[in-house]
Amino acid sequence: MLLIPCPWCGPRDEAEFHYGGQAHVPYPEDPAALTDEEWARYLFFRANPKGPFAERWSHAAGCRRWFNAVRDTATNEILAVYKAGESYPATLEPRQASPARPAFEDEAVQPEGGSGGAAPIGVEGAESLQDGTGRGGGGETRTFRTPTGGRIDRDTAFTFTFDGVEYQGHRGDTLASALLANGVIAAATSIKRGRPRGIFSAGVEEPNAVVQIEAPFPEPMLPATTVELYDGLVASSLPGQGRLATEPDPARYDAVHAHCDLLIVGAGPAGLAAAAAAAHSGARVILADDQPEPGGSLLGTGEHLDWVETTGAQLDAAAEVRVLRRTTVFGYYDDNHLLAVERRTNHLGAGAPENVSRERVWRIRARRVVLATGAHERSLAFADNDRPGVMLAAAARAYVNRHGVLPGRHAVVFTTNDSAYAAALDLTAAGVDVTAIVDTRPEPGEWAERARAAGVEVLSGHAVTGTEGDARLTSVSVAPYGESAGQREFAADLLLVSGGWNPVAHLFSQAGGTLRHDDALGSFVPDTCRQAVEVAGSANGTPDLGAVLAQGAAAGARAVEAEGFTCEAPRLPHVAAQPQTPPMQVFTVPGREGAPRFVDLQRDVTVDDLARATGAGLRSVEHTKRYTTAGTANDQGKTSGVLASGVVAELLGVDISVLGTTTFRPPYTPVSFAALAGRDRGALHDPIRVTALHEWHVGHGALFENVGQWKRPWYYPRDGEDMEAAVLRECAAARDSVAFMDASTLGKIDVQGPDAGVFLDLLYTNMMSTLKVGMIRYGVMCRPDGMVFDDGTVIRLAEDRFLVTTTTGNAAAVLDWMEEWLQTEWPELRVHCTSVTEQWATVALVGPRSREVLGSLAPQLAVSNEDFPFMAWRGTTVAGIGARVCRISFSGELAYEINVSPWEALALWEALYAAGAPYGITPYGTETMHVLRAEKGYPIIGQDTDGTVTPQDLGMSWAVSKKKPDFIGKRSYARADTVRPDRKHLVGLLPEDPGTFLPEGTHLVADSVLPAPPVPTLGHVTSSYRSAALGRTFALALIKGGRDRIGERLYAPVGDRLVPVTVASPVLYDPEGARRDG
Amino acid sequence: MADTALTAPPRSPLSQAAGRLAAATRASGGAVRLAELRFLAQLNVRLDAKGAAADAVGLALDLQLPLEPNTVVHGGELTALWLGPDEWLLVGRPGTQRELESRIREAAGNEPVSVTDVSAQRTTLLVTGSRARDLLAHGCALDLHPRAFGAGRCAQTTLARTQVVLVARDEPRAGFWVLVRSSFAGYLTDWLLDAATEYL
Repeated sequence: MLLIPCPWCGPRDEAEFHYGGQAHVPYPEDPAALTDEEWARYLFFRANPKGPFAERWSHAAGCRRWFNAVRDTATNEILAVYKAGESYPATLEPRQASPARPAFEDEAVQPEGGSGGAAPIGVEGAESLQDGTGRGGGGETRTFRTPTGGRIDRDTAFTFTFDGVEYQGHRGDTLASALLANGVIAAATSIKRGRPRGIFSAGVEEPNAVVQIEAPFPEPMLPATTVELYDGLVASSLPGQGRLATEPDPARYDAVHAHCDLLIVGAGPAGLAAAAAAAHSGARVILADDQPEPGGSLLGTGEHLDWVETTGAQLDAAAEVRVLRRTTVFGYYDDNHLLAVERRTNHLGAGAPENVSRERVWRIRARRVVLATGAHERSLAFADNDRPGVMLAAAARAYVNRHGVLPGRHAVVFTTNDSAYAAALDLTAAGVDVTAIVDTRPEPGEWAERARAAGVEVLSGHAVTGTEGDARLTSVSVAPYGESAGQREFAADLLLVSGGWNPVAHLFSQAGGTLRHDDALGSFVPDTCRQAVEVAGSANGTPDLGAVLAQGAAAGARAVEAEGFTCEAPRLPHVAAQPQTPPMQVFTVPGREGAPRFVDLQRDVTVDDLARATGAGLRSVEHTKRYTTAGTANDQGKTSGVLASGVVAELLGVDISVLGTTTFRPPYTPVSFAALAGRDRGALHDPIRVTALHEWHVGHGALFENVGQWKRPWYYPRDGEDMEAAVLRECAAARDSVAFMDASTLGKIDVQGPDAGVFLDLLYTNMMSTLKVGMIRYGVMCRPDGMVFDDGTVIRLAEDRFLVTTTTGNAAAVLDWMEEWLQTEWPELRVHCTSVTEQWATVALVGPRSREVLGSLAPQLAVSNEDFPFMAWRGTTVAGIGARVCRISFSGELAYEINVSPWEALALWEALYAAGAPYGITPYGTETMHVLRAEKGYPIIGQDTDGTVTPQDLGMSWAVSKKKPDFIGKRSYARADTVRPDRKHLVGLLPEDPGTFLPEGTHLVADSVLPAPPVPTLGHVTSSYRSAALGRTFALALIKGGRDRIGERLYAPVGDRLVPVTVASPVLYDPEGARRDG
Repeated sequence: MADTALTAPPRSPLSQAAGRLAAATRASGGAVRLAELRFLAQLNVRLDAKGAAADAVGLALDLQLPLEPNTVVHGGELTALWLGPDEWLLVGRPGTQRELESRIREAAGNEPVSVTDVSAQRTTLLVTGSRARDLLAHGCALDLHPRAFGAGRCAQTTLARTQVVLVARDEPRAGFWVLVRSSFAGYLTDWLLDAATEYL
């Protein structure tokens, strides 16, 4: 959502504004003096530049002022705004891109203290492996839960069901960790090949273990790694695709808006440090994290948890800090507008309170943003790399440290970088037998020494060349990297993989930020962005924890200081410097001939598939993505995207930095439609507007028609009546006696000021300034192209005051239209326009007995035709209520429109109902109104017109002034196009069989036999009704040269019939107008 | 018939919703308080802020029309809301609209001042209580934090799917006035009561 700075109100959401096209295209001073070409140029030709473009905008939902904005059409950035009448600004200053991570000296890393990874302790002996069930070695009865440790609540046991088997877990588990604790790792079969797949990660990046939740509420395709365990959870594994629930979701979903000085995304070490730095500055801070508790990667590594806890508590206590847990920021839009979804009650299972929304969408507008989104470990494309038991190294570490779960008993580690060593050591310490660390690097450095010291064999310069095992991994083959000789085989039920780290740059990229390839890190990192955003920590590719913390704190401080706040240095944990050996950039690993090397596990895309894509000539990762579907699944390629780029780069023989990544688009993780819809469903989806008489209509059985947002009574069926019968009855009452309808929805605009008459003369095609006070005139409004835009009556209230009525659906558009001309073209006119649509309730009283009914209720009003002529209005009291009564007719009958305060409308209506009872007064709805007006040939703008119809086409040349020097649309009536003889005219149609009904939209053709297509059509039916007064069906239609065809027979294809019809005058009832005066 | 109509009390747009608003207020235990302020006098005033009429009207009303966008000025029982650089909404006690209009017209003399009675065009919802701001944040994109929208601020904006005039009331914790077009008042009430579900 763009912010557009209104020159008066300041920045507001773009949704409050209305676009008005190119600015500085003035209305020609003398349109009549222009050639057709010059006039067409004014009407139709606009610039379309790439770059800065001056446009008119109206703050439609705000102060209603029109102004000019210079918008860059390539970036959508608003470069300048200025008031209507002011000239194009002399200078424009586009926003500059700033680096994702400005380097400043305040990011110095603290040098000493604290512990790094856990110290290695004893190694367990090997156990028997593989029992063929997908469960790990050691037999089914032994738990994989560590005796102590982790952040689970061991006192709270939950029972859950997976694939029909009941298991136990704990509060604090995810479904994935609870399954692993029960020895279950296989959690899906793959979508195309049906291969068993195991839990691969410990977070949102999970490609494999995507499950169906069955109870308490069905939900498809949730990564088991993100589902918090609750009691009674029932889930099942999926073959790559879920099932939508067949029953409506009973839960509430809602959305809120939030504003802050600083939004921090991610509560890992960098995000927490940023929040700690900003927390006590007084700035409004939001810290959002997708986990139930802050800590991020520290929860998985088990480091500095005391600092996490203290900092979390401080943030919770800080007045202007809001910590959003279980909240995923999934979209980053214009002007620092970010969307997040908070999972509020999902984790409570069946115990979720009904009045609390299950999920909430946060619409956050942040002055500044710090992205501390961390990094995802990536996999490697080696042979048979998809067996259950192959797992990202850091994920295995998280299961051990965070959940107290051993993801296997006998592990091999395959890595290209340092990070997997800490995982191997933590697993070793927890009792996993880590048989070997296979490192592609020839010299893995000091981490290898630590591993060896812990009793783990390190095979440097080696790679995994294949795996075995069906339901679960049983063994891993290893050979010197790039060679097939010298192969060794290790029995293992767990293979930890680390192919390097991908900074989570999704949001940065969505923000419009650019990425660059960091060759040293071997990954794409945030580069520059034009929004007020910084990136901190491993989201920048920063591997070292001390540097991550320092970066976070500095970014948080910089952000709030830029907003004018002062902050103190936060307390950060001391972090021991860790040895660092540069990672090796590896994507594909040669292996057993014919074995698939999976790149995208969720889409079953292999290196061979990508090779087919490049073999077919595709040279861009965007194209190979579409060709192979790599990266298009539920996980959007979080673990596979960069790997796919790397593989394609290798296949093409180019550097990955040249190839780049595919585009990151919102949402970062899937968001349910229910959450996005929120409360905008059912009756709250679209507002309904009602009049002061609505309840009476409901109480009297009215059926309603939607007109714009209004609910208007359509017809009032009596016992057993269908629409046709009800409408014929209502029409007859209006023609024969008296009927009344609620006309309150008509738009009403009060036009005041000394130049009001001049203004209306410019706006309407006919003359309004000559109207006498006390009188009323019908008027037509056109666009500059001469096409009818609206019609209605104009009442002259005083010398300098008019009341304009508009069609129901067009009220806001007409007011906007008036303001646009007044504010941009004719600011010198002393006129003000104010909407008074709801200030007045309007009742149309129609029929030959209407005079008696009105007269009985308005004793002070002289109602005779001489005293109160057609198109006059009178102020009086009706039923004791102050009223403005207008003699207007939209039916051809004697009729009045009685306007009163809506506060008293019901009293008026009931008084009319009672006073009219002796005459059988009948309430009628819009359908009857339409029939009555159509019998008289009165067009409905928007039904009988479509923006291509002139007043002349409607047969209303009488309403187009020839005296006025100019009015909007006048010049267009001299254009060749508007004087063509074959323009479509509004005419009446009478089917030759008086019972045949022509559906609206029916085309008309000249001949009784349809020619071969394309069939030349003469026009179409715009309105069609059954008439009580005429005793037959009839229609209005726009027909080429229609007025010259009156009396001609045409044909209307209806179904497979050609219905003969006769063209007639549009005025089919009372053409002499004898009934108007009663 | 005329006789009974004479005595029929006027009906506000939310007269039928009063019970539901009161019930929600009670159930929330102070979290939200919702009520319709009925029949307030409302006048739309248009004049040149730099012209002679501005001062004359100010004197006649004993209140300076606010010139700063989106602010409110109180004077006696009158409140003047900035709606635009030449447009204000005067809000006063029920029943005073005619007297106010003639006072303004007299003060303006021959200056081109437009005054339009819009008392029935909108009705006013009072939204207060400790969660009032949270309640409005369900559907209002404006920053309603006291730092951004404190006492003396008003704004024309969108709440849920309808346009409103929002006024921050003067006393701290006094909440907001939400002025809404009468035809949308029922919808907005339904929307507010639904949004309040969590606070009840």
